[in-house]
Amino acid sequence: MSNSTTEQKYEPGKHPSMPPPFKTRGIMLWLRENLFSSPTNIVLSLLAIYFLYKVLPGVLDWTLFDAAFVGEDRNACKAKAGGACWAFIGERLRLFTYGFYPEAERWRVNLAFLMLVLSCIVLLWENCPLRKPLMGFVALFPFAAAFLLVGGNGVKLLVALACIAVVLMLVYKGFSSLFVMIIAITAAVLAKIIFFGGFQLPFSDLQIQGLVDLDQYDQLNLKKVSTDLFGGFMLTLIIGVTGIAFSLPIGILLALGRQSNLPIVKYACVVFIEFIRGVPLITLLFVASTMLSYFLPPGTTFNLLIRVLIMVTLFASAYMAEVVRGGLQAVHRGQSEAADALGLKYWPSMRLIVLPQALKISIPAIVNTFIGLYKDSTLVIVIGLLDPLGIGRASLADTKWNGLTNEVYLFVAIFFFISCYAMARYSLYLENKLHTGHKR
Amino acid sequence: MSATPTANTAANTSLFAKLWYNKENRSIIVQILAALALLWFFGSMVLNAVHNLEALGKGFSFNFLEQPASYDINQHLIEYSSRSSHFTAMMVGIINTLLIAVAGIILATVLGFILGVLRLSKNWLIDKLAYCYIEFVRNVPVLLHILLIHGIVVHSLPKPKQAINFADTTFLTNRGVFMPSPEYLPLFKFVVAAFIVGVIFAWFFRKFAKGLQEKKGTQLPVFWVSLFSIIGLPAITFLALGQPVEWDIPELKGFNYKGGMVIRPEFLALWLALSFYTAAFIAEIVRAGILAVNHGQTEASMALGLPRNKTLNLVVIPQALRVIVPPLSSQYLNLTKNSSLAIAIGYMDVTATIGGISLNQTGREMECMMIVMAIYLTFSLIISASMNYYNKRIALVER
Repeated sequence: MSNSTTEQKYEPGKHPSMPPPFKTRGIMLWLRENLFSSPTNIVLSLLAIYFLYKVLPGVLDWTLFDAAFVGEDRNACKAKAGGACWAFIGERLRLFTYGFYPEAERWRVNLAFLMLVLSCIVLLWENCPLRKPLMGFVALFPFAAAFLLVGGNGVKLLVALACIAVVLMLVYKGFSSLFVMIIAITAAVLAKIIFFGGFQLPFSDLQIQGLVDLDQYDQLNLKKVSTDLFGGFMLTLIIGVTGIAFSLPIGILLALGRQSNLPIVKYACVVFIEFIRGVPLITLLFVASTMLSYFLPPGTTFNLLIRVLIMVTLFASAYMAEVVRGGLQAVHRGQSEAADALGLKYWPSMRLIVLPQALKISIPAIVNTFIGLYKDSTLVIVIGLLDPLGIGRASLADTKWNGLTNEVYLFVAIFFFISCYAMARYSLYLENKLHTGHKR
Repeated sequence: MSATPTANTAANTSLFAKLWYNKENRSIIVQILAALALLWFFGSMVLNAVHNLEALGKGFSFNFLEQPASYDINQHLIEYSSRSSHFTAMMVGIINTLLIAVAGIILATVLGFILGVLRLSKNWLIDKLAYCYIEFVRNVPVLLHILLIHGIVVHSLPKPKQAINFADTTFLTNRGVFMPSPEYLPLFKFVVAAFIVGVIFAWFFRKFAKGLQEKKGTQLPVFWVSLFSIIGLPAITFLALGQPVEWDIPELKGFNYKGGMVIRPEFLALWLALSFYTAAFIAEIVRAGILAVNHGQTEASMALGLPRNKTLNLVVIPQALRVIVPPLSSQYLNLTKNSSLAIAIGYMDVTATIGGISLNQTGREMECMMIVMAIYLTFSLIISASMNYYNKRIALVER
């Protein structure tokens, strides 16, 4: 820039700022610092560029440029292009989403999904308008969604929702939790007996009869859909959301139990947690599918999906318990001692003092457990439930499309990647928000 | 209430209050209740099970383990045929599980450490490549990895006739990888002896070097000497004895290769998938561990004049290991447990043999599942115990 022939004289301190040399600014600086800062780095960069040059074009060609997006069957795809045959996925997209859920009833799935999205927004976005009243909606969502998906008597649902709402209000007002729990359980049992017909006490022959038959009110009835027809991404979401919703509270209870001073409670929790963590999930799923009926009174059967949901939830809650225990151990003893000194009983001191701090510390690990649970939901294919992977494998048996394994697996992989990556990013955001200490 | 203190005290001394508002008494009551609930729960479960099994006329015994299994297992490291007993099938399954677990742990650790270090590289491109790999692999279920890699091996690799050929000895086909297998000549035992001598020498040398360093501060090249004595010594013996090994090279006969060793597609797919998946997690653990070492430690060691590699070896890595080892051991556990997914692609591990085919053939769900769970629990306990031992050795010694 500065040329010696056109050199100009400036008063001291009046020289205008010159731009930095070309090599030390903009893209050149970035390249020098990030790719070519030392001989090793130069070699590494060149290797990486060579690797990308070798791999990227092939991958892009296969997935996009040489891929067939429309076509009748496999041969039509192959005739058109040498790459992936996405037409297959396109044709089966509805199957991948809803499984075998009846065509006419799919609006219910969509509605439940919309409610899920709304609940997620309310839960995850702190500055959401009307957050407090909407939290009630979130609390009732699992029950409403179960009703929508399975169908049944709407009056029963309304009664159940009302009971739960009353219980929640009581809890929210901050009654002594033990009494609220007793009242809630009694209320639930009574409501069940009065409105829902009788039930059999588990593990005994005692039968309790109902008083009112509500099946006569059929204006609010939704057609029942067998859970055998559930499948696809819908099934993944059902397993994931149920597991996430129930494993955290159970995990917290287990963690508290493990820290307890009462030896029997403590060792029961330890044995449960270590047993569940020591065996693979698919053995538990096998137990649920093949031999659970042995442990129930003769003649009792219950739905395979519910058995699987219970097993997945128990599995995740054992891991959750360990995560929460880590958080509990990180809270200084002085905190619970201070709560004792203030005269707080066990549950209030846990609820108001210890758990808020412990959970805050363990948020990233909790989200990781959620992600693990969500990914583990694919294992249900080994006992014959049709999650996206199961649907994909079943579709591959179709002679029209057989052999397109890579397309199917890649498609399902991308679905899981998007949802899990989103969860991971959210946890990272929370971590950064909560990490208020010094950073280097 | 404050107006009637006497009534309050009177209420407090009632029997219920005496029991419930006293901490020790209450804890006893709660525990008795918990114990009763547990007893009731498990008791009724056991009673139901006995009742149900009786109704089915099944009984509960492990005698079926001695009956012939009458199914084939294509990968067996011990003697096995379809006439062998279910017990032998179970042992084959256990060995196959152990094989995949050990092979997977080794490969996953190596890959994971490499990826973790690459992720910390100052080179932007390398860092981002490792990042993309880790994030993609981590966020996709492991079952999908297994099926995807199995699909690629079975559907995309060539048939034996068009095998991908490495130096006419190793062949990559959709029926597996065929490799030459060694046949040891009598002289080979000297090589083994040399190896054992090398290991013992390396161990003593290491001890000697440590003592010397503690006494005088002199540092000996322990790594290079150990490397030479463990690998170099057997290699020299091997060459000096005129390579006492004959190679059985696989040959194409009919539709498939005969002879040599074969890594079956199921093993290959499971091994690679489990290792790639776990490596992504290990990479993050390694990265977190290295980042957890305060930068002041590196600066201090530089200030003391230690060169870069010694800073890494003597200051950073020992401290990073303390952070790395506990989560690493839980990754090892996860890998071992995930190996049970072998059943999805037909690799005959313990879940697929005793918990799969044997279970279906004998109809003994209860016994088979108990055996499988007991085996996995044992594996888990062994891995945790050994990792805890290692962790104790490297843990910070505090006052």
